[in-house]
Amino acid sequence: MRNTHATQLIFELSTAGRSGVNLPACDVPEQPREQWIPAELLNAESPELPEVTEPEVIRHFTNLSTLNMSVDTHYYPLGSCTMKYNPKRNERIAGWDGFAQLHPYQSEDSIQGMLQLLFELQQMLGEISGLPAVSLQPAAGAHGELAALMVASAYFKELGETRTKVLAPDSAHGTNPASARMAGFDFVTIRSQADGRVDLDHLRENLGDDTAVFMITNPSTLGLFDDQVQQIADLVHEQGGLIYLDGANMNAILGIARPGDFGADMMHFNPHKTFSGPHGGGGPGAGPICVTDTLRPFLPNPTVSYCQDSQAYYLDTGDDKSIGRVRSFFGNVGVLVRAYCYIRTHGPDGLKRVSEMAVLNANYLLSQVKEFLDVPHGDRCMHEFVASAEPIKEKTGLKQPAMDIAKRLLDYGFHPPTVYFPLTVHEGLMMEPTETESKQTLDAFAEVLKTIVNEPAETLQSAPHSTSIRRPDEVQAARQPIVKWTEATD
Amino acid sequence: MNAEDLLYCDTHEWVFVAEQDGQKIATVGISAFAVEQLTDLVYMELPTVGTTVTAGEEFGEVESVKAVSPLYSPVSGTVVAVNEGLPDNLDTLNTDPYQAGWIMKVEVSDDLPANLLDHAAYQKQCGEAG
Amino acid sequence: MPYTYNTPAQQDEMLAAIGAASIDELFSSIPASMQLKRALDLPPALGEIELTAHMQELARQNTAVSQSTCFMGAGSYDHFVPAVIDTLASRGEFYTSYTPYQPEVSQGNLQVMFEYQTLICQLTGMDVSNASLYDGGSAAVEAMLMAISITRRSDKVVVLESVHPEYRQIIETYFATIGTEVITVSAAEQLQDALDDQTAAVLVQSPNFFGNVEDLTSLAEQVHAAGALLVCSVDPISLGILKRPGDAGVDIVVAEGQSLGTPLLYGGPYLGIMACREEFVRRLPGRIAGQTVDQQGNRCWVLTLQTREQHIRREKATSNICTNQGLFALRAAIYLSVMGPEGMGDVADLCLQKAHYAQQQLTNLDRFEAVSDRPFFKEFVIRDKENDVNGLLQKAEDFNLLAGVALGRWYPELEDCLLIAVTEKRTKDEINQLVEVLGS
Repeated sequence: MRNTHATQLIFELSTAGRSGVNLPACDVPEQPREQWIPAELLNAESPELPEVTEPEVIRHFTNLSTLNMSVDTHYYPLGSCTMKYNPKRNERIAGWDGFAQLHPYQSEDSIQGMLQLLFELQQMLGEISGLPAVSLQPAAGAHGELAALMVASAYFKELGETRTKVLAPDSAHGTNPASARMAGFDFVTIRSQADGRVDLDHLRENLGDDTAVFMITNPSTLGLFDDQVQQIADLVHEQGGLIYLDGANMNAILGIARPGDFGADMMHFNPHKTFSGPHGGGGPGAGPICVTDTLRPFLPNPTVSYCQDSQAYYLDTGDDKSIGRVRSFFGNVGVLVRAYCYIRTHGPDGLKRVSEMAVLNANYLLSQVKEFLDVPHGDRCMHEFVASAEPIKEKTGLKQPAMDIAKRLLDYGFHPPTVYFPLTVHEGLMMEPTETESKQTLDAFAEVLKTIVNEPAETLQSAPHSTSIRRPDEVQAARQPIVKWTEATD
Repeated sequence: MNAEDLLYCDTHEWVFVAEQDGQKIATVGISAFAVEQLTDLVYMELPTVGTTVTAGEEFGEVESVKAVSPLYSPVSGTVVAVNEGLPDNLDTLNTDPYQAGWIMKVEVSDDLPANLLDHAAYQKQCGEAG
Repeated sequence: MPYTYNTPAQQDEMLAAIGAASIDELFSSIPASMQLKRALDLPPALGEIELTAHMQELARQNTAVSQSTCFMGAGSYDHFVPAVIDTLASRGEFYTSYTPYQPEVSQGNLQVMFEYQTLICQLTGMDVSNASLYDGGSAAVEAMLMAISITRRSDKVVVLESVHPEYRQIIETYFATIGTEVITVSAAEQLQDALDDQTAAVLVQSPNFFGNVEDLTSLAEQVHAAGALLVCSVDPISLGILKRPGDAGVDIVVAEGQSLGTPLLYGGPYLGIMACREEFVRRLPGRIAGQTVDQQGNRCWVLTLQTREQHIRREKATSNICTNQGLFALRAAIYLSVMGPEGMGDVADLCLQKAHYAQQQLTNLDRFEAVSDRPFFKEFVIRDKENDVNGLLQKAEDFNLLAGVALGRWYPELEDCLLIAVTEKRTKDEINQLVEVLGS
């Protein structure tokens, strides 16, 4: 029973003369605007925004929200995104005035609690990563990658070395090459072996004194821990290069292994994934980075420090080796407050338990799924695995079976896995159940998936059958982009 | 132009060279095979008239919904014309890739590269790839 | 643990199905030498009651703006946030969803993105908007990178000194790495000397960091004459009354969108607004929602122009950004919807009137003088003739007044100056109190 009236575009709901606010009368002596600002710098009329009342706004957006699948409403095994439960206590706390109503330029005296929280979070992330120097400033994982590569660039400049290349395996997330280019490096793709691990020979061929950084996602996007990582680190370090660990998959190894202990020099966390976000419909996230003590001076500033003498926390701008700022103000603090709550809720044993349960759930789902879908990279995984629908092509004649399965899952009320990523698996379905799902849910999902792969090709190809819209035309959208509403288009 | 009369890059561009007012003018496009592989083209970026292009190097881009593919020039020279209307009518590439679907004309400055394929050799390559 | 569901008995069943003897065995692909042999050195777990108490203790050590009267701005403003925004943005269907990879079950988020993009175009007068970036500062640097990509001039960019100092620092950081020269000019009058045929773009802020409104029309003419692009960082609230940058000839508009329905949050997460002229749409970084139809011909929305993005373009991408600030774009969309044209005009006008009243009252005192006679919107600079800005701020804090932001940390020549912001929330009585306390 979709409310098709209320979910028209907000512009179509507009009626001239309506308003959703009533502002106070001006209590200071008023002057015509032109007295203060020259007429040619003023607008001739107010912006052409929609005119709607508060109840209309509530009904419109509430109805829109019901058109989304979300973690609160559906099982959402989107691989590489760690769609775990978002604790409500964290939401409530982060919204308190004592955290949410602080101006970024308030005096340090007046925000000691906030600074203590951020200081402790730096310490905790340093401990979890095994990399003690932490900057909380980057606003997202990709932003953290970029900041860390800038740190590497500044470090090599300080050493007087010209290193031009950043290397990463072909299974890497697209942000790795993009960040490398933005940080001024050339990017070199290193092959993966058939078993998903880095091809060491190909790595050796490409390593040299021009190697700046090797970026590795470990556990990888295939959900495998590359046990060569220490060896890779040794090879790269021998050449004077640095190891960057993409922390996208930290949910698998909390309290079990620390990147700093297996050779990483730099890494980022995705608190919106690992430390329960939330994901906010695509953001905000945060991308704190952790580095070795050697690299500490180059971190973005400011960080938070504690002064023994004055017994107070303060914003530390470091020395002039810092790369400077990558974001205005302190960073995505609201996300960091939630991450702090999450880590404090779990403690050391609880965090380890998170990874154990995430890995148990993924392996269990794998054990069920491999009965009817190809899983090219073996019987075991870490927190996620990638199944392949490639064999289904031959069986059914479907051209894009992974896409068709994904669409059919919607009919059964499940959010599909990540499809067609990583690029190294054909017709990939990347499943990450996370630790906050029960065995019953995993069983139900596996059962549905099994049903689907045995359904007639036509059923899959024409899916979804039950959603309010079905298979939008993406070609038309990209050929003649309509990216805003105008009265004429309707 | 007939597909059989053209020369091809292994990157799927075709080229046809003709004498015109004493100049060698190369007409460049992409093959029917490439168009089919790319599926659902949505956008094309043309070079600017007057710019120089180099054999084997990028001169533009073509996009489908889910991929971007660089276009590599089969010849070196100066761009003297581009098919202005093409980006707005990308279906032309499906219906008539070797005539109406031409992309640019280049005044050739060097000899043609030796590694261009004739139609038979190109067909063979596509057969292996497909 | 509060959020993990499987009972010990279920765990055993699952292990049996997997064919593993223990959970430890599932981690056997991690060589023992790489495994942590001890517990993490972290404080012990807290239940919800203890966590709440602990966080209350931390929160108590912060003085919230709601307990004082805020005249601080400098890029982060104490505007009013209508209750409808919190109500809607705290719906789990919005904040626990993710990037709309499956459009059939993400029409809510996609339509919000499309509405947000339209609202931003209506507000700025630009042709196209993306679905948002991280914050105002990173939006500014992304716009400059985009301008380099469009103009194919990578040698230098020009930035006015009156752009937010932290935005300028971000630009310095990014461009130092890629080797593009950043020329900072002290005023619009000096712009001409800095421009040449190698300049990719000029970044200006209006109202600028000191609150002054710039003449964007003439700046655009000047910048375009050099073949460069004009990038302008705006205060979205000011567009209730100021000429839209799109009407003034600006090529790329960026803004900090915090003012549009987001609290101060100690600086983030905020909202990076970015909009441009139609011809640049395929160079615009970040996510974009587009309208299309489904198989049945129903109007619907999808993520579009995805080939611009890093997951396809990889090392050739112009930006590495792969998220948008979805939840805060939602807040801005709700804010602009409830405000409407009249509300936006009224809010901007209240800011304008109250800021001018405050400036007049303060400069009427012997101790203070205006630093400039240029037109300003909701923020202005006063000079303390006694050169004791920090003393003043401290004194004001004793009266629960956040009197403004000291400028000396960024502009040593303005170490005796205070930047004061007055939003629609401030009353005449509060302004009078500020004047009284600063003047006493």
